[in-house]
Amino acid sequence: MDKKVLPGDGVITGTGSIMGYPVCIYAQDFTVAGGSLGLMHARKITKIMDHAIKMGMPIIGINDSGGARIQEGVDSLAGYGEIFYRNTLASGIVPQISVILGPCAGGAVYSPALTDFVFVVENISKMFITGPEVIKTVLGEEISMEDLGGARVHSEISGNAHFCARNELECFHKIKQLFTFIPWNNRKKAERYPAKPPKSKFDIERIVPMDSRKPYDVRNVISALCDNSEFLDVHANWAANIVVGFARIDGETVGIVANQPMVLAGVLDVDSSDKGARFIRFCDAFGIPLITFVDLPGYLPGVDQEHAGVIRHGAKLLYAFSEATVPKITVILRKAYGGGYIAMCSRHLGADFVVAWPTAEIAVMGPEGAANIIFKNEIAGAPDPAEMRRQKVAEYTEKFANPYVAAASGHIDAVISPAATRDFLIHAIQISANKNESRPFRKHGIPPF
Amino acid sequence: MQTFETTRELVIGGVSYETRYTKKFERRTPYIAPDPHLVLCVIPGVIRTVAVRKGTRIRSGDPLLVLEAMKMENEVVSGRDGTIRTLCVSPGDTVTKGQILVELD
Repeated sequence: MDKKVLPGDGVITGTGSIMGYPVCIYAQDFTVAGGSLGLMHARKITKIMDHAIKMGMPIIGINDSGGARIQEGVDSLAGYGEIFYRNTLASGIVPQISVILGPCAGGAVYSPALTDFVFVVENISKMFITGPEVIKTVLGEEISMEDLGGARVHSEISGNAHFCARNELECFHKIKQLFTFIPWNNRKKAERYPAKPPKSKFDIERIVPMDSRKPYDVRNVISALCDNSEFLDVHANWAANIVVGFARIDGETVGIVANQPMVLAGVLDVDSSDKGARFIRFCDAFGIPLITFVDLPGYLPGVDQEHAGVIRHGAKLLYAFSEATVPKITVILRKAYGGGYIAMCSRHLGADFVVAWPTAEIAVMGPEGAANIIFKNEIAGAPDPAEMRRQKVAEYTEKFANPYVAAASGHIDAVISPAATRDFLIHAIQISANKNESRPFRKHGIPPF
Repeated sequence: MQTFETTRELVIGGVSYETRYTKKFERRTPYIAPDPHLVLCVIPGVIRTVAVRKGTRIRSGDPLLVLEAMKMENEVVSGRDGTIRTLCVSPGDTVTKGQILVELD
């Protein structure tokens, strides 16, 4: 092994620019010893990472590696550890992007997992801690690489990948698109683009049905409000009951968090809370204002959810929204019930602007559930309980299923029409430009990881 | 605007919402309460030794068998007092997660 010559030790590193944005980049070369990671290989990566942190440049890692270079023994493990350490140091300082363009097994998957955005390509990317071979020997379970850790698995089921492309070209295009939205580092603002109106085919007045039980695609609301109707959906196919991603309002990058009534009625659950929280922390770290669109019936009921720790995971969303000091703007489109209302960047979690559409229902719970509890005795004692329930539900709906009770208490600032929403968002973003919210010093908070 | 032909129902707070399910939601399994009489395998591995026989009286904490898994010999102990009704495995058997190892009375 020591006599073998490994060109570049299996990794190429350097600097460059993407549409004027400076970047540090490294790419593992599978043709050299399977792209395996030895200490020199790792030191080349950590050197370019140190450079990126010092220079305030984003770092892109192209991963294509068989894993640790076993011939180097513990040295290769040291190499992994040194990369993970720098991933953590760079977190929140410069954007970190991982592109998985081949197999990525064992220790190799943890550097991508520590970075901000992971890109995978169908039929090419594979990620797992233990591969199908090991699973077969140890457990006797047979599974293909694709079914275990292919691009679709990570972009739809595990949530390890943020973007999934059909081919490499589409993948590179998406990376370039992402770069237009994010800043070079945490001291710089994201680039401003010329403002463009939304495309006229998205009619804001006709997207959200009045009946709060009817679904719609919240991405149409986003498209109807943001510049050029351009929205970069992050984690598009994982936990689709929440939508997160980047857009621009009046030329400024914003991070969008929105419940998706089209999927699972837009409920919060374990995965959607994780997805939301992670995205919010990225936006907060890099000074990107947050816009939240609210339309949810609450949390997903179920034994599986409770046992999977929906309390702990749901708390991440509360933590992330509360911790964020970037401008926080909330628009309540329709339902905002109970814990879901609080969690979706309510005034109480420090939102700077909270507005509601006239269709909004801000209440402790939905009319049916509330009437059943509040008027339990009246309903049970009535000659016709079903009729009495209908009456009480109607009464509750009339009194509380609207935005005006919350507005009267100051929990929301205004009730605005859908048509006025874009102008409101532009105004809110403009006057938030100098927002400065300081907190007491601490080493760091303790989020419910 | 899009239409939603394949919508399903999801009931939350007494209200039925028209929506789509995620794959994960569709695949969720109904909860089954654990049977305290069954000792289940928690990790796949191989049975090395068995310390009990059918009819053996045991106390909570008594060793039942040794399961080798993840390069470790794990002692499986009884979680309750009782008598062995059925011994479902013998040394050398490969067992999977969730498999019944011992039934107690």
